[in-house]
Amino acid sequence: MSETTGSVLEIRDLHVTVGEGDETKEILRGVDLTIRSGETHAIMGPNGSGKSTLAYSIAGHPKYTITGGTVTLDGEDVLAMTVDERARAGLFLAMQYPVEVPGVSVSNFLRTAATAVTGQAPKLRTWVKDVRTEMEALEMDAAFAERNVNEGFSGGEKKRHEILQMGLLKPKMAILDETDSGLDVDALRVVSEGVNRAKANSSVGVLLITHYTRILRYIEPDFVHVFVAGRVVEEGGKELADKLEAEGYAAYLKADADALVASDAAALLSGSATA
Amino acid sequence: MPENTDTPDTIAGPAESAALASELFAPGVGAQAGPPTTPASDTGTAGAGPGSHSHGGPTPTGSPAERFTSADPDDFAVVTGREEQWRFTPMKRVRPLLEGADSDARLELTSDLPDGVELTTVGADDPLLKGLPEPVDRLAALTRVRAGGATVVRVPAEAQLDRPVTLSLRGTGSDDVVWGQTVIEVGAFAKATVVLDHSGSAKYSGGVVVLVGDGAHVELISVQEWEPGTAHGGQYDAVVGRDATFRQVVVTLGGDLVRLVSNVEYAGPGGTADLSGVYFADETQHQEHRLWVDHATPNCVSNVVYKGALQGEEAHTVWVGDVRIRPAATGTETYELNRNLVLTDGARADSVPNLEIETGEIVSAGHASATGRFDDEQLFYLCSRGIDAETARRLVVRGFFADVVQKIAVPELADRLMGTIEQRLGALPGLEEQDVEQGELQPA
Repeated sequence: MSETTGSVLEIRDLHVTVGEGDETKEILRGVDLTIRSGETHAIMGPNGSGKSTLAYSIAGHPKYTITGGTVTLDGEDVLAMTVDERARAGLFLAMQYPVEVPGVSVSNFLRTAATAVTGQAPKLRTWVKDVRTEMEALEMDAAFAERNVNEGFSGGEKKRHEILQMGLLKPKMAILDETDSGLDVDALRVVSEGVNRAKANSSVGVLLITHYTRILRYIEPDFVHVFVAGRVVEEGGKELADKLEAEGYAAYLKADADALVASDAAALLSGSATA
Repeated sequence: MPENTDTPDTIAGPAESAALASELFAPGVGAQAGPPTTPASDTGTAGAGPGSHSHGGPTPTGSPAERFTSADPDDFAVVTGREEQWRFTPMKRVRPLLEGADSDARLELTSDLPDGVELTTVGADDPLLKGLPEPVDRLAALTRVRAGGATVVRVPAEAQLDRPVTLSLRGTGSDDVVWGQTVIEVGAFAKATVVLDHSGSAKYSGGVVVLVGDGAHVELISVQEWEPGTAHGGQYDAVVGRDATFRQVVVTLGGDLVRLVSNVEYAGPGGTADLSGVYFADETQHQEHRLWVDHATPNCVSNVVYKGALQGEEAHTVWVGDVRIRPAATGTETYELNRNLVLTDGARADSVPNLEIETGEIVSAGHASATGRFDDEQLFYLCSRGIDAETARRLVVRGFFADVVQKIAVPELADRLMGTIEQRLGALPGLEEQDVEQGELQPA
């Protein structure tokens, strides 16, 4: 099994674009983050701020182009790894929109993934027990294992399935991309408990991406980062989440707009100065 | 690079269907005066109104509102390859069948018959043959005549078979065309699974008719695991009795040419037809599956799912799915789906769904057709769990087929077919030789 103590995921000045040619758009504009084992970091930000892009860029989705900066896990260059190598190195992404894979059963998928991540096929007896225990804890019916991956799953089932994988694959660092979105209170509680169990059972570092503070009542963050227009604009402890709950993102959005105007003005001035 | 094209196109989905149908089609306006026509470039007229609804790109789908049928081969013109029914078929490969002479050549038949099932032959003048659905093309008509009778499988009324009826049909490599006609007659309220298991090498043209008695449940599985060099043509007809259920699974893996035309008609209200298929073509293969579901009685259901994969230069598959809902067929529920997975460059998948609706009083009618590369989002999902890209690709293709194959109610046969598919996947070129397309989907 992977060594899960003392890991560190470091993101330095990460710049990411999407699209090609004239359509290229910069989404991440210099992200700095450091996540250590056992820590839970909440990334909060308005829609379109680039939170999901950060998650998918770390996981290696081909849609995104890294134009600058570094991502390392325990000093290893994550950006040089393929998607599957990143997972085997200990990164896990719980997706906001998990993908259907017709004809592939959950049990087959989980076993294949566990084999890939640990480098050997899990021992059948303990594996079956582990899966069953984890599924029961997530209040998932046993028949679930025979269904096709994400096919016809409800929103809540998809998210439980993501957290089931997190529990079984035991990553060093887990990125949870809006795992709370679309969940009712019961599902949110079950899913959050699953994350907390994984935290208790291992020293997984968690990067919790969310739009709302709701999930933070269940999963307590050690750090809160406010994410606006592709970068972290403020950092603090969990009290920052309370402030966001009360005040929303409006102040940050305005400040960011002002900053953009200011930088445009500065560019204009320097342009005219050289003219 | 081929684009992923996806045209889910539902006139009324099962959930919102009734409401939507009544919204689209005012009561009484469904029936048309003349026979409906299929406009040449009618792409995507969902919701435009009752009448024809077809996809197929700029070329005419050409599926006629009324199909000509006849038991006399000479009522059909000699096939040139320009006819709508034949335009996709490589003439060079099908000509040996079309021009084949009368012959005594036969497929080697091995049968496994559960108690109570009768296997017999009848002569050309047997009244049973007169009542069968008529041939829809020249090859089928030639076959009906040249077969000179039929092999008949009879399952008595109310029989509940303890195992499948299996007819293993093996080609012995004869150059003469084998002409065959099989009739499967299942009595009322019986429950039967019939397997036609084709193997070996042959020039074979075989008609199959399944007569599904009232309230009966019949599953027909037709497996084409021919050796290379084989040409196989055939018309499959099912006549579905009142409140009966007919399920057909067609699995085409082998042979140089396989061209199967599957027709369904309902002898009474309340019938269900569930037609599935998988096909896997490589560079030496042309696999063509044409379907015609004719809803002419009320409250019947049809559901069509065909999935195919192609690999290698000049691999060619054709799927034409025609569904017609006639004015009398109120309460019809129909959906058809064709998906093609193009594994390598140079392969070609034609997919032509065609839906003609002549009454607004239906439960739902829809179709979808998609031909494309691997779904990158699926691959990303699997890889993000540590699964290497090659294994992920295999899982996806395997799953793509298993989706249909797992419907086969004979587990050992399903396992055998998945085994063959796995073997074929072993020949997949490595990932590095292929472009992997950029996904256009989320994350948002």
